[in-house]
Amino acid sequence: MSILGNRVLRREDPKFLTSGGTYVGDLELDGALYVTFVRSPLAHGRIESVDLDQARSAAGVVGVYTHADLPYEPMGFVNPAMRRPLLADGVVRFVGEPVVAIVADSPAAGADAAELVVVDYDPLPAVVDPERALEGSTLLFEDVGTNVAFDLGSPGSPETFEGCEVVVRQRILNQRVAPCPLETRAAAAEMADGRLRFYACTQAPHDVRSSLARELGLEEAAVHVVSPDVGGGFGAKGSIYPEDVVVAALAMRLERPVRWSETRSESMLGLGHGRAQVQYVTIGGRRDGTITGYRLEVVQDSGAYGDIGAVLPVMTRQMAAGVYAIARAEFSSRSVVTNTVPTVAYRGAGRPEAAAAIERAVDCFAAEVGIDPAEVRRRNLVPADAFPYTTAIGTEYDSGDYQKAFELALEVAGYEQLRAEQARRRRPDPATGRLPALQLGIGISSYVEITAPVAGGEFGAVEVRPDGRVVVRTGSSPHGQGHVTAWSMLVADAMGVALEDIEVIHGDTDVVPRGGGTGGSRSLQLAGSAVDKAAGEVVDRARFLAAELFEAAPEDVVLDKTLGRFHVAGSPAVSRSWAELGAASLERGGSPLMAEVDFDYPGATFPFGTHVALVEVDTETGKVRLLRHVAVDDAGRILNPLLAEGQVHGGTAQGAAQALLEEFSYDAEGNPLTANFADYSFISAAELPSFETAFTETPTPRNRLGVKGIGESGSIGSTPAVHNAVCDALSHLGVRHLDMPATPLRVYEAMASAAAGTGSSTNGTGA
Amino acid sequence: MIPAAFDYERASSLEEALSLLAEHGDEAKLLAGGHSLLPLMKLRLATPSVLVDLGRLEELAYVRDEGERLAIGSLTTHHDLSRNALVRRHLPVLAHVAGQIGDPQVRHRGTIGGSLAHGDAASDLPAVVLALGGTLVAEGRRGRREIEASEFHEGFLETALSFDEVLVEIRLRKPAHTGFGFEKLTKRAQDWAIVGAVAARRDDLPGGVGVALVNMAPVPVRAVSVESALADGVPIAEAAQHADAEADPSADINASVAYRRHLSHVLVRRALEKALS
Repeated sequence: MSILGNRVLRREDPKFLTSGGTYVGDLELDGALYVTFVRSPLAHGRIESVDLDQARSAAGVVGVYTHADLPYEPMGFVNPAMRRPLLADGVVRFVGEPVVAIVADSPAAGADAAELVVVDYDPLPAVVDPERALEGSTLLFEDVGTNVAFDLGSPGSPETFEGCEVVVRQRILNQRVAPCPLETRAAAAEMADGRLRFYACTQAPHDVRSSLARELGLEEAAVHVVSPDVGGGFGAKGSIYPEDVVVAALAMRLERPVRWSETRSESMLGLGHGRAQVQYVTIGGRRDGTITGYRLEVVQDSGAYGDIGAVLPVMTRQMAAGVYAIARAEFSSRSVVTNTVPTVAYRGAGRPEAAAAIERAVDCFAAEVGIDPAEVRRRNLVPADAFPYTTAIGTEYDSGDYQKAFELALEVAGYEQLRAEQARRRRPDPATGRLPALQLGIGISSYVEITAPVAGGEFGAVEVRPDGRVVVRTGSSPHGQGHVTAWSMLVADAMGVALEDIEVIHGDTDVVPRGGGTGGSRSLQLAGSAVDKAAGEVVDRARFLAAELFEAAPEDVVLDKTLGRFHVAGSPAVSRSWAELGAASLERGGSPLMAEVDFDYPGATFPFGTHVALVEVDTETGKVRLLRHVAVDDAGRILNPLLAEGQVHGGTAQGAAQALLEEFSYDAEGNPLTANFADYSFISAAELPSFETAFTETPTPRNRLGVKGIGESGSIGSTPAVHNAVCDALSHLGVRHLDMPATPLRVYEAMASAAAGTGSSTNGTGA
Repeated sequence: MIPAAFDYERASSLEEALSLLAEHGDEAKLLAGGHSLLPLMKLRLATPSVLVDLGRLEELAYVRDEGERLAIGSLTTHHDLSRNALVRRHLPVLAHVAGQIGDPQVRHRGTIGGSLAHGDAASDLPAVVLALGGTLVAEGRRGRREIEASEFHEGFLETALSFDEVLVEIRLRKPAHTGFGFEKLTKRAQDWAIVGAVAARRDDLPGGVGVALVNMAPVPVRAVSVESALADGVPIAEAAQHADAEADPSADINASVAYRRHLSHVLVRRALEKALS
């Protein structure tokens, strides 16, 4: 019986739950110096002068550095004209931008010295709103002449809505959020044997190696990256930051270990933000509920520089048509720089935004044609026999059975009963003649997303040691996912070895030669497939080796997986263990019993599912409570339901948080208003119900295991379900749309303006 | 964040705390649970040169039944208040509110005296003590004095305590009826109230109930107009419309002024319905 598909407990957890793991900030580095960054208090301004004299002579200070002292190329690959300097180069473009780096013998000495740095700024007008940035009256890069960093297509093919009986248009804000991993950023660097050793808090150690080499003008071989345990990343630790490069550069210059750990307040203004799209959706079709045309126009806020955030719309575009068979669909986007924290990938990175747009649009369309939103979805889902299916946008979905997940989610939720209860609460209380204060809203989101979206294979190696231990090396370095458990299960299944005899090594670029890292929910389908393939090759090699020892033909040698021993078919009495074969391999050929595999990129896969949310809105206060959340997800074959549910739970919490609570806000001058956990409403268990999760399993043809990614489905599927539920709860009060997050204030104001007759922002046009 | 350098003194008795305060003057700050002060210090918004830690003063952590009233030592934690049998029996409103402050970590460190002395109008306990008509006892080198709750809060984070005094005790009358209502609107369970309302039955008021508001002004607000409307026999729903008469709310990212005023009506009504049901 295979171990795959079982709820195997996480092998990582005893360590994380007791000793707490080892993070970059925990490393002992003898004689290390500490970096403190002095950051811009202004959203936009010219640096007139910097006075470092007092800071330089402060107790414990070793050195103080500005841009001029670190002559390295600016960072970024998307828009060469809008790259980011390591330290501000004459201009600051967001509050929190590093301006000065102080090296001191303790963090406290650095913090004290930071107060002695005097920077004279000449304030410039700031632009925070991406739509205003589009107008270009305030420019972040004067030489460029525009704030547009990147664009995709131009809007408006007149045929898209031809023949439509109903066309609905809606502006939707997919607000800026902060990823908030539990472990904030940290870095440490030292010179060792003439090479740079860099300790990285990252999702992708090999990318850190190549990026550092490029930034610092080193050969890759001269850089050794070690990534110990990492406490969450959500995409925001997927690429390096200027602070990382500064730490490495200072260690090289000072020839002493140098380290840096940011505070939460720094992290809120330093780690990249996510989402930040203004969307205009137009959806059209027939009064019978058939959708025939869809248009999504996006203004993406890239933050202060034109890098990763600017290209998030690439994935929004790919997934724009969602789960629906729509004859005509189109997408356009413009990404602009603003005086805010640069945006990066955040759990879904462009795909949640696509799902949020079309799922909200479908509800608006359903309201306009007067058909239940579940029924509209049912009528428009891509049918199960249509796969592989190419959308009107041009994205090819590998496999799916959208109806199955959809109907299961509605069944688990008890959709009809929920609608009946909702209707009951919408009748006046006979005693008071008034509507009950607590109204119900039901929201559905049927999503499809793309995992392993970025082309690139993955490295995996399996080696049998003479003591019988199996060592796995993986190019995908985890930051909470459970790779150790998952890869161990794959190896145990292929080789018949016990989980406790398997060691998984990751995150050291001297030990693991290549790796793509963990991001885009790519790990199981690529790195897992690499490990699976390597384990299979090791079994084949062991069989040949055993055949030699048994003096039998290799095809007659079998592996008894229950015992983890090889024998000749029909003669189980004489057998060899993995340990014996591991030792024999070393003795005979001098090489370990090992296979190293580069699993070639087979293309992306497309997980999907349906989430149903039930919310209760207190119409007197505006407070929303999420009462139930049903998540039915399909990520192909499920390797370990416990790990998969964990991903769904975490993702759903983050996704619901975006719908209900989280928003990183600025005032008009670009001052952050939510730069700590008192003001930024990071969600907690107290705000969430127990999630109801289920899986359907539609394998992908793109790997032997049939697996797709599950890391981001929760945050992609949940947000629109919860958001739609809130809007649904208020629909009978005249509220047609409400932007996220549905905070008490926003809900109250939406109800108030609907009551005043100014609340409808949906423009429906009958044809 | 890292606080500016400061000296740390741990008082082993109230006497010692008072002499440390006298010695260091207004350069010193008292440290109880630290949940309000330490964040301010880490942000360097507060930079006391000396911290006088009261944390070990067991003598100030108590709840005593004094017949007509309960006497509560200022270092009693929120958690202990929420579990204390005397408090739960005679002043269940206090136990209930204390049990909802922040999160479990905060409730195990934060103290009633710290909360009152910090004087944050967004905190819940000052409003409860105000609604109950409590008396606060301060001790200084010149002796003890009593301060009525209604006189204690003087402005934004300002109280009637002088820099060389320690708040040592909170005295609260035991009402015959312990009915109460407490309504707190927050985005998250752990948050400070956007607006909060407490209504507690009292035998010494003509309307029979004390009403106070959280986060509706720079100081906790006693809703006197609501209390007198009730005394005049005005129905609850109507009386609650006066909830913000004494208030002076401000706007922030969580609420506009109009929304806060609206919330005060709703929450006071609900609190009264519970208290008087």
